[in-house]
Amino acid sequence: MDKIFTKPKSLRDIPTHYCPGCGHGVAHRLVCEVVDELDIREKVIGVTPIGCAVIAYDYWEFDCCEAAHGRALAVATGIKRMRPHNLVFTYQGDGDLAAIGTAETIHAANRGENLTVIFINNAVYGMTGGQMAPTTLLEQKTATTPLGRCAKLEGYPLKISELLSCLPGVYSIERVSTDSPAKVLSAKKAIKQAFINQMEGKGFSLVEILSACPTYLGLKPIDSVKWMAETMTKEFPLGKIK
Amino acid sequence: MPKITIDRERCKGCQLCVIYCPKGLIKPESRLNKKGIQPVMFLEGAAAKRRGAASGSNCTGCKFCALICPDGAVEVYR
Repeated sequence: MDKIFTKPKSLRDIPTHYCPGCGHGVAHRLVCEVVDELDIREKVIGVTPIGCAVIAYDYWEFDCCEAAHGRALAVATGIKRMRPHNLVFTYQGDGDLAAIGTAETIHAANRGENLTVIFINNAVYGMTGGQMAPTTLLEQKTATTPLGRCAKLEGYPLKISELLSCLPGVYSIERVSTDSPAKVLSAKKAIKQAFINQMEGKGFSLVEILSACPTYLGLKPIDSVKWMAETMTKEFPLGKIK
Repeated sequence: MPKITIDRERCKGCQLCVIYCPKGLIKPESRLNKKGIQPVMFLEGAAAKRRGAASGSNCTGCKFCALICPDGAVEVYR
């Protein structure tokens, strides 16, 4: 009997600090599977964010660099320009990439930096205690919008992928989800393509991964994946955006 | 016959594998693990029948449980 599925070698064999049902665990594993399959473990450099994934470098068996809050793409630009033969990717959440780091994100995309961006969108601030994120859906209850997000007061959910897709420097943008095994497989395919784009020098590739945050959605893990499939994907439709 | 193993100390009890197993062969365990979390267990043979899995249903090694597990607690053999 052969072992047909086990953890990738690039993923360190220690338990993660994430809550039960958190999408970060799946996203971490997918990145590692792609790194192993493309055999780029000695070449890849990850830039980790501030947010729940702040200690992602503890779980990955390849080189990583920590960036200040929101500045992962600025740091990644520096690394890539000094070491063009290395593959550089950033792994950022919505608070990092879409809130405090919006300027860095837009300018790195506009410059068409040859980088891969893994963007985890869970519609809430996880690490700081469940406050409203720019990607929070309308009428979604969070710690700072206890009556639900109201467009008049807090604005509309920020669709960063659609926003970036109109920039000529951007090569590819895809939105994927982690709410079912089939979607996990297509998420892996998108991440792999984003790394291949960088290897071929095509330019800025972003993969937006919709992820569940059961703790701050106030739902059971099983209900939170249903919420993602039914509610979140209506606001953030899946598929290739550019 | 294909089978899976679940690392019960690593399992955080999110039960996503329970809803995605097409054969209903994964169920919550009654004992807690060292962290005080109720992990899940894989049912084989007579145990599967006792816990209400459809008769004659065996693991097909489809990997659904392993793909959805956020904690890498599942290994699949075929």
